[in-house]
Amino acid sequence: MSPHVLLVVAAIGLAWPTFAEAQGRAAGPGRGGAAQTARASVPIELTGYWVSVVTQDWRWRMITPPKGDYASIPITLEAKKVGDAWDPAKDEAAREQCKAYGAPALMAVPTRLRISWADDTTLRVETDAGTQTRDFHFGDWKPAAGPPTWQGASTAAWERPRQARSVTSAGGSLKVVTRRLRSGYLRKNGVPYSADAVLTEHWDLSTDPRGDRWITITSIVEDTKYLREPWVTALNFKREPDGAKWDPTPCSAR
Amino acid sequence: MKRVAALALMAVLVSRPGFAQFDLTGKWASRSGQDAQERGPGPDAVDYTGLPLSDEGRERALSLDYSLLSLPEGQCGYHTQFYIVLGPFGLHVWNEFDPVSARVVAWKIGGWVDRDVTTIWMDGRPHPSPNAPRTYSGFTTGRWEGDTLVTTTTHMKADMIRRNGAPVSDEAVLTMYFFRHGDLLTIRAVIDDPVYLAEPLVRSRVWALDRDGKLNLGNGVVSPCEPIAELPRADVTGLVPHHLPGQNPFVNEMTEKYNLPREAVLGGPETLYPEFRKKLKGYVPPVVCKRYCGCEGLGVPCFQDGSGVAR
Repeated sequence: MSPHVLLVVAAIGLAWPTFAEAQGRAAGPGRGGAAQTARASVPIELTGYWVSVVTQDWRWRMITPPKGDYASIPITLEAKKVGDAWDPAKDEAAREQCKAYGAPALMAVPTRLRISWADDTTLRVETDAGTQTRDFHFGDWKPAAGPPTWQGASTAAWERPRQARSVTSAGGSLKVVTRRLRSGYLRKNGVPYSADAVLTEHWDLSTDPRGDRWITITSIVEDTKYLREPWVTALNFKREPDGAKWDPTPCSAR
Repeated sequence: MKRVAALALMAVLVSRPGFAQFDLTGKWASRSGQDAQERGPGPDAVDYTGLPLSDEGRERALSLDYSLLSLPEGQCGYHTQFYIVLGPFGLHVWNEFDPVSARVVAWKIGGWVDRDVTTIWMDGRPHPSPNAPRTYSGFTTGRWEGDTLVTTTTHMKADMIRRNGAPVSDEAVLTMYFFRHGDLLTIRAVIDDPVYLAEPLVRSRVWALDRDGKLNLGNGVVSPCEPIAELPRADVTGLVPHHLPGQNPFVNEMTEKYNLPREAVLGGPETLYPEFRKKLKGYVPPVVCKRYCGCEGLGVPCFQDGSGVAR
């Protein structure tokens, strides 16, 4: 074989994994094959304890902001009417203290996360603030019939790098889409989201120069009734060595 | 000829976007669903909430007199690269590549009116000596970790991490993580400053690919900034506006406006974690929002206080 042919063969060889990866990706999530479960094919390790580090919107997250404070949220006029009528005493009387702990708001609440596998295809995310549980279902899961809930119905898929030629091309991310939500608040002071809201999240993992591991959640809330455009945020959680600071507390309307 | 063709084929294969994990080039519009007051009208004078300031950082911040910005050397000041995740603007990203191998040598993020161009060197070059001069843009290198672009910036000048004087020193190192999901770009930035921060400050921000080119790149200023002497005494006496320790007149402003305890207003690492809320138990917010309430775009004010000024 001539050197020229060798070069071309080498070039195709280099390119082939990229092509193969792209094909694999197009086949859908869980690229590890039909026999491999979501749990067995994790590209990023999310299980363990994580804590919110509130360096952004501190005054809107660590405390309840005043009535009528809609800063940063692209609300509609209809949402403003609902927000202007916010009455936490009314929510307490109706036993709806968890309205600000629904999935579209929960990750912005200062909290610790406990992430574990409920089974081979269900990743469970619990929060100690409000003592809430979100289940992320992989594969062809279909939600059971029933009323909408604060945490809704979440379908999940791993997303992986487009190519694996480089030795550094490990990793990936988690995409979660949540629907069937019980209407609630995007913020403690009564900024509403409707039962038609859809929450899409991208969970990414990274490690600091100091060695701390972080989850970054890019969150997109779409709600044509109460939002003029999708509300997009990014939230950060730092890994903790254990559950020593896990401190479940009930929902609070104030 | 065949050899040249083969080499060219290899060059094309190694330089294609797949090798760079994802393509950053294009214009990205800000999607700021966070920090509206800080990005827009600006933070309150002594609002260090959410900042892991060290004691030194807090004292330095409290010394700021806003008249400092009126000095000729302060009027056209730039910000460092950390401003990417603080400012309100979009990003214009392009790359420079080696003409022979076609590999990306550097990513460039266009500057704003008050931030220099970011050059992210991807060719493995080392950072300068620790004693090399500092600039506002600093020196940035990048590497791919899977589908994440990780950058490291050193050699930045001292600056603010909030537009109310919260400081960052020229010893700080900035690490940024670029995540792309479809048309969304998220940057998580970590600034580690041994002088003014007790622990690294982490911030994130999201942009969306701008397909119709309507984004605000923050560089639409027609004429360059021209400093003038606004404080005549400064020219004569060398006056440097400042507050002496314990004499900042705005230190109680957040407490008066929002009922926040001073301990929370002055920041510090312990204030960033959920358990700090226990110290805020019994907190009573103001009855109604009166300022920067977020009704822009609605066509109606959030609040009217009878002054005729809608807020």
